[in-house]
Amino acid sequence: MSLLGNITLDAIPYHEPIIMVTLAVIGVIGLAVVGLITKYEKWGVLWHNWLTSVDHKRLGIMYIILALVMLIRGFSDAIMMRTQLAIATNGSEGYLPPEHYDQIFTAHGIIMIIFMAMPFMIGLMNIVLPLQIGARDVAFPFMNNLSFWFTASGAVLINISLGLGEFAKTGWLAYPPLSEMSFSPGVGVDYYIWALQISGIGTLLTGVNFLATVFKMRAPGMKLMQMPIFTWTCTWANILIVASFPILTAVLGLLTLDRYLDFHFFTNDGGGNAMMYINLFWAWGHPEVYILVLPAFGIFSEVISTFTGKRLFGYTSMVWASGAISILGFVVWLHHFFTMGSSADVNAFFGVMTMIIAIPTGVKLFNWLFTMYRGRLRITVPVLWTLGFMVTFSIGGMTGVLLAIPGADYVLHNSLFLVAHFHNTIIGGAVFGYMAGFAFWFPKATGFHLNERLGKYSFWCWQIGFYVAFMPLYVLGFLGMTRRLNHTNNPDWNIWLYVAALGAVIIFAGIILQFVQLYVSIRDREQNPDLDGDPWNGHTLEWSTASPPQFYNFATLPKVHDIDAFTDMKEKGIEYQAPDEYLPIHMPSNTAAGMQVAGAAGIVGFALIWHIWWLAIVGALGIVVAFIARCYANNVDYYVEPQEIAEIEQAHLANVASVKEELV
Amino acid sequence: MSAVPETLKFASDQGLTGDHNGGHDDGHGEHHDTSATTLFGFWLYLMTDCILFASVFATYAVLFMNTDGGVSGKDIFDLNFVAVETGALLISSITYGFALLCAHKQQKAGTLLWLLVTIALGCVFISMEVYEFHHLILEGNGPDRSAFLSSFFALVGMHGLHVTAGLIWMIVMVLEVLKRGLGTQTVTRLGCLSLFWHFLDIVWVCVFTVVYLLGAM
Repeated sequence: MSLLGNITLDAIPYHEPIIMVTLAVIGVIGLAVVGLITKYEKWGVLWHNWLTSVDHKRLGIMYIILALVMLIRGFSDAIMMRTQLAIATNGSEGYLPPEHYDQIFTAHGIIMIIFMAMPFMIGLMNIVLPLQIGARDVAFPFMNNLSFWFTASGAVLINISLGLGEFAKTGWLAYPPLSEMSFSPGVGVDYYIWALQISGIGTLLTGVNFLATVFKMRAPGMKLMQMPIFTWTCTWANILIVASFPILTAVLGLLTLDRYLDFHFFTNDGGGNAMMYINLFWAWGHPEVYILVLPAFGIFSEVISTFTGKRLFGYTSMVWASGAISILGFVVWLHHFFTMGSSADVNAFFGVMTMIIAIPTGVKLFNWLFTMYRGRLRITVPVLWTLGFMVTFSIGGMTGVLLAIPGADYVLHNSLFLVAHFHNTIIGGAVFGYMAGFAFWFPKATGFHLNERLGKYSFWCWQIGFYVAFMPLYVLGFLGMTRRLNHTNNPDWNIWLYVAALGAVIIFAGIILQFVQLYVSIRDREQNPDLDGDPWNGHTLEWSTASPPQFYNFATLPKVHDIDAFTDMKEKGIEYQAPDEYLPIHMPSNTAAGMQVAGAAGIVGFALIWHIWWLAIVGALGIVVAFIARCYANNVDYYVEPQEIAEIEQAHLANVASVKEELV
Repeated sequence: MSAVPETLKFASDQGLTGDHNGGHDDGHGEHHDTSATTLFGFWLYLMTDCILFASVFATYAVLFMNTDGGVSGKDIFDLNFVAVETGALLISSITYGFALLCAHKQQKAGTLLWLLVTIALGCVFISMEVYEFHHLILEGNGPDRSAFLSSFFALVGMHGLHVTAGLIWMIVMVLEVLKRGLGTQTVTRLGCLSLFWHFLDIVWVCVFTVVYLLGAM
């Protein structure tokens, strides 16, 4: 056995020009970033203010940067698939050989769900949730940093697979027996397992952390039914996280035992049962889609009520609709495999349960409509995303109800109709929501505004591109095209494949415009500052802080009497009141321990993927030692002195006063 | 290092409730409040662990009849052996309870004594489990033999790994109590470990019933 396990030079795909060019581009960009950081001497800033930070706002921004980087990676996969399918018609082979194409669609799914959507959602939750409940930070700030680094470790592993070895060729679900050793002997599935396992543990810790935060750390006076609606939908999502991610941990663990130690959970021989994997996987996987979309629903609620200048219609029904969706989300998993061959009664039960979810979702949609009714809607970028969502998601929801009919599902199972449906809900629901939230809270997180015009251009490219890219897939599904095809030979399909590729190009333009918007906004940040911290006349407590918020969030904890706590204060005229004196604030210190523990976990994952056993043992010991060292560290916290607080607060109040004067 | 500085708290994780501002009107001190948050967070973690076990239990329930022509539970379970194993673990929960009672009364020697007794009982449990596994593998009934044995080894082994982690934690806590005494932070940690240890007992009661008792019948 060699010191490097199974790694050989053959593991580097130098015969694949596409991958080598990609690696070269990543290398150049990476060197450029390193060069720029060195040139401007920002390594210290990066280390002290960001990487080791336990501040939920900074962690949130890092999550979103990770999500945007992975969006580029995941979208590259997407546009490669669409162009491949547009070229490889009439029996032509296209430019992506099957063994590469299979890795691309697997990576696309995992990256978009686990490393784009989840970090985006968790990033927004990090930035906003503690502020909304008037807390100084989350319940366990160090664990929050650790969660981020677990996610980052998983992302690093999945990106290493690009240049060393291969990624899984199984589809993003890694169904056995295909994902078993006998059919997937390479390292691809192992990359899949460890990237998902490590980031999944990070997500689980996030769920625990934020539940403890909302149940234990709300501002004085804030009852549960007075929490802002985004906080509520995140709370339901966190309940789903703690209830479903352990199932993912378990099922990946069992697959690991099958692959590494010759167990027989899901194998063809030895009495294994592959359907057990599929059941367990979807017992996590279905709640997971609600984990993604519920916080987005919360964002839309905040956006609509803020920009109509009204209270949210039906707050209570919104909370309970979210709860109903969460609970129902656990009793529908079997609709992912009606074709497994359960009895008609079982299929009917899961079909009916699935359709019932449309009811609380409909309640939400009507609540948004009634909120807008007789309101004065300001058409800003977040509102555009919200309106686009309301139309697009309704279509996606209806095709979902259609698929929930077992008889129809037998026809459409694994077809492009299904692919169109879930992109319709995940892009039109979750991603549009995160984009709305991104534009909505960007001034809060950074202290300056996004360029409105470019934001609108980007929205329209996304919106139009989405329909052009995915409506043809519904048609293709009806025409009998199944998913994961590498090339086709059916003239009836060609036109729709061309149109879909065009749609992907339009979405590409939307993504480019978003990055241009980001660049322009950062360049012009001096001209577009958010001085008073309340750019939209917001309802909830995050808008009462400065932009970006003071690192301790609130100099004195606010007293809450209303759902729209900040609006309530404005109505009473007590929104920016300085207390007689400030008291010291207890704060956690920055720490590198999160990076150490999660980095060691990443090393363990890498070592296990390549069967480098000595390194796995070293990494595992590293995790334990780094964690225990953290538990007995002495420099874990400090106090902010009243003098410093007073200076920061006076600066904020002066900014507020200057903005008010300008308005007068 | 006998007294714990007031500001020295576990991973600084609990301490942001800002009682210095009088933000909480429940009249309790910061330590009480942060301990409560920590214990609540740990409870939540335990519930996730519970679901982890539930998933593996479900797998066992689906696969336990898939013996692939090999042994079934009836052939390999020795209830007398498992009874002793179970006894050791259940008594260790009681002794841990004594340790925690002593800790709350600030009795350092008693806490250490009962922790050591608990560690000893935990080691008995783990040794017996390792012996059982070793014995089964030697006889050709390892986890690679059939889906039944895979799920048996996974379920019982996962519980065993938890107990091992609990023992390591307990050894670290013995050192902490020796060095730092019984400050608020240390007692909170002992409280978390107590939850963990009792939780593992409850899981074992389920394992004992579902795997061994039902399997041997």
